[in-house]
Amino acid sequence: MKNDIAISVRGLTKRFGGFTAVDDISFEVDRGEIFGFLGANGAGKTTAMRMLCGLSYPTSGSGTVAGYDITRQAEEIKRHIGYMSQKFSLYEELTVSENLTLFATIYGMTDRAIKEKSAEVFRMLEMENMSGTLVKDIPVGWKQKLAFSAATMHSPDVVFLDEPTGGVDPLTRRKFWEMIYRASSEGMTVFVTTHYLDEAEYCNRISIMVDGRIKALDSPQKLKEEYGAATMDEVFRIVAKGAKRGD
Amino acid sequence: MSILTSMIKKETLHLLRDFRTMTVVLIMPLVLLLLFGFAISTEVNDVKVVAVVDRHTDDTRQILEKLRVNPYFTFKGIIHFDEVEPMLRTGKTDAAVVFRYDGDRLRHQIIVDASNTNTARLSTAYIENVLNGHSDMPIITNTLYNPQLKSAYNFVPGIMGMIFILICAMMTSVSIVSEKETGTMDLLLVSPVRPRTIVFGKLIPYFFLSCIILTLILLLSYSVLGLPFSASVLNVIWVTILYIVLALSLGLLISTLVTNQVTALLVSGVLFMLPVLMLSGMIFPINNMPVALQWFSCIIPARWYISAMRTLMIQQLPVSYIMTETTVLTAMTVTVMILAIKNFNTKH
Amino acid sequence: MNLRTLKILLKKEILLMKRNPFIPRIIVAMPLMVMLILPLVANMDVKNVGIAVVDNDRSELSRRIIADMDASEFLSVNGCEFTYKYALDLIEKGDADAIVVIPADYSKKIILGSMPKIEIDANGVNATKGMLGAQYAAQSVSLTLTEWMNGQGKDMPVSATSVMNYFNPTLDFRNYMIPALMVVLIIIICGFLPTLNLVSEKETGTIEAMNVTPVGRMTFVLSKLIPYWVVGLIVVTVGMIIGRLVYGLAPAGNIACVYLAAILFSFVMSGLGVTIANKSATILQSIFMTFAFIMIFQLMGGLFTPIASMPEWAQYFTYFVPPRYFIEIMRSVYLKGATISDLWQQYTVLSCFAVILCAIAAVTYKKRS
Repeated sequence: MKNDIAISVRGLTKRFGGFTAVDDISFEVDRGEIFGFLGANGAGKTTAMRMLCGLSYPTSGSGTVAGYDITRQAEEIKRHIGYMSQKFSLYEELTVSENLTLFATIYGMTDRAIKEKSAEVFRMLEMENMSGTLVKDIPVGWKQKLAFSAATMHSPDVVFLDEPTGGVDPLTRRKFWEMIYRASSEGMTVFVTTHYLDEAEYCNRISIMVDGRIKALDSPQKLKEEYGAATMDEVFRIVAKGAKRGD
Repeated sequence: MSILTSMIKKETLHLLRDFRTMTVVLIMPLVLLLLFGFAISTEVNDVKVVAVVDRHTDDTRQILEKLRVNPYFTFKGIIHFDEVEPMLRTGKTDAAVVFRYDGDRLRHQIIVDASNTNTARLSTAYIENVLNGHSDMPIITNTLYNPQLKSAYNFVPGIMGMIFILICAMMTSVSIVSEKETGTMDLLLVSPVRPRTIVFGKLIPYFFLSCIILTLILLLSYSVLGLPFSASVLNVIWVTILYIVLALSLGLLISTLVTNQVTALLVSGVLFMLPVLMLSGMIFPINNMPVALQWFSCIIPARWYISAMRTLMIQQLPVSYIMTETTVLTAMTVTVMILAIKNFNTKH
Repeated sequence: MNLRTLKILLKKEILLMKRNPFIPRIIVAMPLMVMLILPLVANMDVKNVGIAVVDNDRSELSRRIIADMDASEFLSVNGCEFTYKYALDLIEKGDADAIVVIPADYSKKIILGSMPKIEIDANGVNATKGMLGAQYAAQSVSLTLTEWMNGQGKDMPVSATSVMNYFNPTLDFRNYMIPALMVVLIIIICGFLPTLNLVSEKETGTIEAMNVTPVGRMTFVLSKLIPYWVVGLIVVTVGMIIGRLVYGLAPAGNIACVYLAAILFSFVMSGLGVTIANKSATILQSIFMTFAFIMIFQLMGGLFTPIASMPEWAQYFTYFVPPRYFIEIMRSVYLKGATISDLWQQYTVLSCFAVILCAIAAVTYKKRS
């Protein structure tokens, strides 16, 4: 059974002084699932994600990611996940291929596998002629696709995406989601935070976070039925009514 | 005006929130003053001396006794000549006095560790005084202004020259550039706020911070360091304010020229801090430098400021003695300010 | 520790260093500036001490005293005034550093056998110049006096002292400064630059991308430090070459002693630098911390002023200032030809500092918050 669950969290809480950023959340994510993590800015999405990735200690609660304990086995978790943040996680002053090689080597891929995989990535992204370009010189949309490729090149069990499509045009966002689907079809579990509600429709299941708590969790279809709403936008407005934090 | 006040408030809060930096900024000048005042000195005392004596006589005994009781020396004992070199090399002694009898006439030789030339010269002079019994020489030496030769407040002008450049030029340029980096500067610039207001909103908090530091420095100098208090303190204050304005303009100028924090930092560090430390006369006397560097030092604001402060604070002379310095500083301030504002306006 | 990861991280650091518009220039410009200009500037030699004379005697003897002073190597008589007030004016204007007052009827009284006193007043604002200037003036006066008295048939023994200056026979202050200046190079290159590098990765967020990977923290920190260690050693080498070619100063001792000290001190500084970076969130914070350390290190390490001149409490304090040991080693090896066994204490303390600071750096580097 354990093998079917990629992420499992019980009572996860994070406090900064008197401020409770994440307040007692619990959920499970199945293998290969695309799990959307919705919420307004400041709702606690990023903090929750940082605890799952082993970047931050939970104040209380427990959980596992890819079968490893988030409190005690953070370094093990890091071997089995990929991560892409809203701030670009690539080095601007390195070229496209230097960045890919750097991250792939860190995850222990062999030189040969790196070569094959990079060629595949360049072909897929149609950027064969850009491998020698510095990352700071390529457009934002491509940077994000590239960051996603860097985070998934080593075929991790779970890939965490922190607002991956911030600031890009709808067309690029579509292409980005196609990449997410492909990753999921290859067996990767995708955990994605977003505040674009149309994107929520693409997820298998979504959770809506309000003021540090999970207020709703189900598939987009069921949520719409439950709240009698036509779009996710409406669902979100109903759930998030009375939120104190966020803008 | 209300926009300006709210900008000042925002910047002040921003400054105060970084508690650690504020502590360092406020405490560092005081620590430097105390270190320079009480720890750093070039005075030579406690010269470690050994003696080599091939024949003990009343004369040698008398001289050795004088070395033993003289507070300037620490007498380390009588040793064999072969031990002199190793003891000097390992720093166990600073100088050795060798007594030799040439027939009946006592000859002395002073062997001194000359690696530090000044210490060596002074130690030699002290020892010669003892050897030649100069105590009854018909010469008295006194010291003016600084009677105990304790340079307690000697470095106050230099530290002020450095601190204000650091706070005003470095901090302001880094803080303005960091707003450029995060993009909040663009946000302000597209708003109806006038560029002038933005500039003043940035500079005024640092101006007040500098005034607080000036007050702290003056309080410490006149109390703990014992700088003689007189009406010249008023002159000290207005010349310093002139210098602070100059430094703020420099910071603004840098911020219009560079685009990221690290560069701002390196530019202000290399262009201002190093020259202030090295060429302003703060530590090293300007007239010891090669002529080319002496000329170069003229374009460093701190050189003029420090020289003015020395005249006012240490020699306690009236303003008429610092006319050159204040004229140069004023001219520099006006030039830099015009350049900075022009640059800021054309860029935005 | 994974060597393959370390290798790729090192490659990344070197590429980033090369592509940075400033770092390569600093690496070239720093040693040149420090080693070429600083020795010219950091010159505390006391020469050209300006003397103002108040000659109330106006005799043959007093004129001879004045002429001899003016002729002496270190003194120059810049004014001969009739009243003390005018002489004081010269000091206040900065034209003179000491006043020599020859009392009225000086030579007459000496011939009569009484001992009137010549007064020398030194300007205490620059303590070294004042002290040494007064000493020089006193020496010059007493020499003239002795010669003159002997010429008059009066007995006044000629000084029977000879002086030998070991280790720096030409008494050149630069020889004292140059070896110690390497401390400035290592403080900036191995301490300041890695701090800046780490904190700017924090500010741009790329450090997060590293922390979420399985890279060990030691591997990551080492990849940051090794390039600067190497650069530090190169810069020290360039510094030594400049010292040799431009100032003709080569170490009297073994060059290996210089490198050993440089390596240990690089460890010390980079350990401190990483610790500061770990504890700072912004560039501004790290700069102020670093700056505070640099100031205290340079002042209390005995670079510009001798430690022996400090009061006792300050001397105890300098035991905790690592550059002190490095400077001592450099000066002893360069000028005195000291060996490792002469300096084992300094090397031991420096090693302890290196171990402790690197350990603190490793402990304070956190991949998680």
